[in-house]
Amino acid sequence: MDHITFLVSMVIVTALAFDFTNGFHDTANAMATSIATGALRPKVAVAISGVLNLAGAFLSTEVARTISGGIVADNLVTPGMIFAGLIGAIVWNLVTWLLGLPSSSSHALFGGLIGAVWVGAGRKGVHFNEVLDKILIPAVASPVVAGVAALAATYFTYRLTRRSDGDTVAKGFRTGQIASASLVSLAHGTNDAQKTMGVITLALISCGALAPGSGPPVWVILTAGLAIATGTYIGGWRIIRTMGKGIVDIQSPQGFAAESASTAVILTSANMGFALSTTQVCSGGILGAGVGRRLAEVRWGTAGQMALAWLVTLPAAAAVGAVAASVVVHGGTLGTVLIALAAAAVAAVIVVLSRRSPVDAGNVNDASTVPVRQVANAKAGV
Amino acid sequence: MDVKWGSLGQVALVSFGATVGVVVVFALGVRALAARQEARAHGATGSAQGQVAGVCFTVCACAVLYGLYLIIPQFH
Repeated sequence: MDHITFLVSMVIVTALAFDFTNGFHDTANAMATSIATGALRPKVAVAISGVLNLAGAFLSTEVARTISGGIVADNLVTPGMIFAGLIGAIVWNLVTWLLGLPSSSSHALFGGLIGAVWVGAGRKGVHFNEVLDKILIPAVASPVVAGVAALAATYFTYRLTRRSDGDTVAKGFRTGQIASASLVSLAHGTNDAQKTMGVITLALISCGALAPGSGPPVWVILTAGLAIATGTYIGGWRIIRTMGKGIVDIQSPQGFAAESASTAVILTSANMGFALSTTQVCSGGILGAGVGRRLAEVRWGTAGQMALAWLVTLPAAAAVGAVAASVVVHGGTLGTVLIALAAAAVAAVIVVLSRRSPVDAGNVNDASTVPVRQVANAKAGV
Repeated sequence: MDVKWGSLGQVALVSFGATVGVVVVFALGVRALAARQEARAHGATGSAQGQVAGVCFTVCACAVLYGLYLIIPQFH
C-alpha cells in the first residue's frame, strides 16, 4: 500500500464523505412518503433503507467502467481533479440539505467533476454532447414520465376504492408502500454506492496500487457500502420533510402510486442504460400523485423551488469544483490541504446553522417547511 | 449528438404501463378486501372476495419479485 500517495488518500476520504452525504440526501427518495403517511415509523424507515442500501452495494458487482459514463475524458482526469469535483459535490449537497431541497446527488457529482476537469484539463476534457444526451434530457424526461404515471395510477386508485371502507383502504396501501419503498432503496444502493466505488478504484489505479482494469477490493466495497448506509440511517430529515409533507399532503394510496411509478421508471431506464437521478424521479412521482387526487393540495411554490434547485445543481457544483480544482492544480499539496480545510469549515458552518432549527425523527411530520432561521412559533404554524 | 428518442419513448411507455398496471391491480385487491369485510359484517363468508384479493396481491407480489430480479445482477 506504499503506492498510495497523500492525494489519493485524500480522494478516498472525500469520496467516502460524498457517499455519506449521498446517503442522507437520498433517504427521502425511498422513505419520505412512507414516513409521511405513517406506513413506517421514521426510525424504522431509515433503518430499513440503510440496510437495503448496504445490501445493494454488495449485490452489484459490475463496476462502472468509467467513473462518469463518458461525460468527461477519463484519460485526462487526475486524482486532484477527482478530489476537487468531490468537494464541489459535497458542498452543494450540504447547502441543499440545509435548505431542505431534494436536489440530485448524481448531478452534484457530475457537476463537480465537469467543473474540475474543465479547469484542470481544459474545455476538451468535457464532452458536452454527452452531458446533454446523458444528463439533461433524462433529467427533464424522467420526472415527467414518473409524474404522469403516478397521476394516472392515483386517479384510478381513488376511483376504484371510493366506495370502500376508508380505514381498510388506508391500511392496505400502507402495507403496499413498505414493499415499494424497499425496492426504491435497494435500487438506490446498487446504483449510488457503485459511483463511489468507481471513483476510489480509479484513484487507486491511477497511483499504481491496483492493476488497470481491476475491480474494487473488498475493503472499498465495504467502506463505500457502510458510508452510504450510515448516511441513509442518519437520515436527511430536512429533505424527508420537504418530500413527504412539503410538496403535497400525501395519503397512503398516493404514496403507493408515487413509489410504484418511481420504481418502474428507475428499473426500466437502468435496463435501457439511462443514468437518471433517483431524486428527480421520486419528486416527479410525488407531484403527479398530488395532482391525481382531486382537491389535494399541491404546493406549487415548493415544487418551483425544487425545480430551480435542479437547474442550479449542476452549474453550482461545477463552480465549486472549478474553484477547488484551480487551487489544487496550482497549489499542489498545500492547495489540497487548504481546500480540504475550507470544505470542512463550510460543512461545520452548515451543521451549526441546521442546529438552529433542527428537523429530526421526532418532528419530521410536524410541519411542511424547513426553516433555516428560527422563526417564533415555527412549530405552531404550518 | 445521438439522442435515443426510441429508447426514451420505450422507457416512458413501459414505466407508465407497469405503474398503472400494478397500482390498479393492487387497488382492486384492496377493494376486494374491503368488500370481504363488509360481507362478513352482514353475516356472509366473503370467501369469494377474499379469493379475488388473494389473486390481486399475488400478481403484485410477482411484480415485486420481477423488480428484484431486475435489480440484482447475479440473476441475469
